[in-house]
Amino acid sequence: MKPRTLPQLFLQDAPAQTKTAALTLLRAGQPDLALNRADLISGASDFTRAYHRAGLHPGDVIILIFQHSLDLTLAYWGAILYGLVPSIMPYLTEKLLPDRYRADLAALVAVTRPQAVITYPEFESEVLAALPEGGSVRVVLHSGQVERGGGPASDLFFGLQRQPEDIVLLQHSSGTTGLQKGVALSHQAVLNQLEAYTRALRLNKEDVIVSWLPLYHDMGLIAGYLMPLLTATPLVLLSPFEWVRAPYRLMQAVSKFRGTLTWLPNFAYRFCASKIRDRDLEGVDLSSWRAVINCSEPVRADSHAIFAERFAPYGFNPRALCASYAMAENVFAVTQGGLDAPLTLDEIDRDAFQVERVARPAVPGRPTLIMVSNGRPIEGTEVKVVDNEGRTLAERQVGEIALRSNCMLSEYYHRPDETAKAFRDGWYLTGDLGYLANGELFVSGRKKDIIIVGGKNIHPQDLELLAMEAEGVHPGRVSAFGIYNEDLGTEEVVIAAEVDVPEGPRREEIARQVAAHIARGSAVSVREVYLVSPPWLIKTSSGKTARLANREKYLKEKGLL
Amino acid sequence: MKDTLTTLSDYICNVLIKQPGRSLSAADVLLTSGLIDSFHLVDLATFVEDTFGILIADYELTPATFDTLGQLVELIETRQAR
Repeated sequence: MKPRTLPQLFLQDAPAQTKTAALTLLRAGQPDLALNRADLISGASDFTRAYHRAGLHPGDVIILIFQHSLDLTLAYWGAILYGLVPSIMPYLTEKLLPDRYRADLAALVAVTRPQAVITYPEFESEVLAALPEGGSVRVVLHSGQVERGGGPASDLFFGLQRQPEDIVLLQHSSGTTGLQKGVALSHQAVLNQLEAYTRALRLNKEDVIVSWLPLYHDMGLIAGYLMPLLTATPLVLLSPFEWVRAPYRLMQAVSKFRGTLTWLPNFAYRFCASKIRDRDLEGVDLSSWRAVINCSEPVRADSHAIFAERFAPYGFNPRALCASYAMAENVFAVTQGGLDAPLTLDEIDRDAFQVERVARPAVPGRPTLIMVSNGRPIEGTEVKVVDNEGRTLAERQVGEIALRSNCMLSEYYHRPDETAKAFRDGWYLTGDLGYLANGELFVSGRKKDIIIVGGKNIHPQDLELLAMEAEGVHPGRVSAFGIYNEDLGTEEVVIAAEVDVPEGPRREEIARQVAAHIARGSAVSVREVYLVSPPWLIKTSSGKTARLANREKYLKEKGLL
Repeated sequence: MKDTLTTLSDYICNVLIKQPGRSLSAADVLLTSGLIDSFHLVDLATFVEDTFGILIADYELTPATFDTLGQLVELIETRQAR
């Protein structure tokens, strides 16, 4: 019978899959760790037993807080096999203030109301400190309490009794209380996505997926983790923490393991091209890479070109440059492009695009923009572009991207208000702007104010609140927005704030304090804190800061517009 | 010739955090303060290697190895003396 849930698929044919490594974890300064499917099931079973012993029930929600490690993997599968609903939360990095992290965790717990949290031993006290008395969390476990080596816990695999429409996992977006949303996905939705996406990718027995992406993000969790493990495609995993310090490890891993597929946010193309030294590429052969898929940030043609040029001497084939438009609400991929033919570059008239909101093909002698296609919708997913009233727009007209599919989220967990707001006549409104041309999707911007830095979605409200906490900055007199940096291939954050202090050293000190406070409170680095004398900020009629208008004013004053 | 601390301070302020005119002292915290973004750690290691001829391995780019500018100077000078 065809598997209809994740545990059924994961356990299917497991005995046959003991020869090849299902998962290879690369660890800096340590030998690689290779596990086959049976190893994963055994290791995960130790966690399953721990969940059972702790009195958890199938259907309970468990939050996982681990560094990128073997235990994260085992705790996750242990939960799925037991029938728990896992959600991975980012772990505390040394940069972030523990207080701030506790507040985020408390906000997530308040909205999602999980029954359990599991973490690493050193972090248990932090978790306990963040939990309110009398809250939903009944069980806090740490990996040191898990007894190892018990073999498969087949009698406890209650996950096998879950129904296709049951929720299998949650993916959390970052943000403070009001913004906190857990995307709830059913077994059916995940399996539908995998079926359609593996076909779009032409996934086959020769494929090897190499990923450094964090697992608390949809790109890392689905494309760089669940898909390979559920389709028996070998997976080579690096930690994001190590990749950012040594990006060459990605190239060496692809070369060594003959990697074929990798997903990267746009900035990573620039990052790899500019920060890897020749000596770290000696003997590296990238010819096995058949698709390097740009995802989760607007795709830029120049970033692709620089990447292709840098790695061509090492066998990189520019035909491997691909793109995908994806989001957690659709499990992952909405579209995929670049596999059958090179990505379409659409050169359009800049003024028509900006003024008339239409992507008209370029005319000689007029300024143009080059747009990169995100490809076509995968099977089972429909895409249309709508205006503010929800009317479908014609080809090449720019509007909001809406989608309908057989792999949509079940709901925003415990947020019926947000779930209702997200849909219009059965179509999910993405908040992204774009257009369709010849059936291909081009993403051009965002309706929402979200800033995307290095593939990470940042809510400007969160940064504004942090800025207001700095001394000398007044509540309500801050505006945060993103500015695209071509050299980095991603957006950077600018904070504009009104202060009563005249220009001079005191102002510089305030600017430093604001930047430092934001860095420690959100782990976001600010490009510039732009301090101005009132009245400077533009507000909406309801008194909120008009971020786009302030952004434009800033660009003009800086001579960038 | 500029001393190690000034050379590093100039590089960090001018190139990494783009605040020319600022200068850092030995007590300034680089990593856990968020002053240096993790995306810039590779640049810092490359600069140290090219300028001072000493190698900081990628897995050493954590606060356990150095956090303040003074600690980074000390690390460089200790390794140079070897």
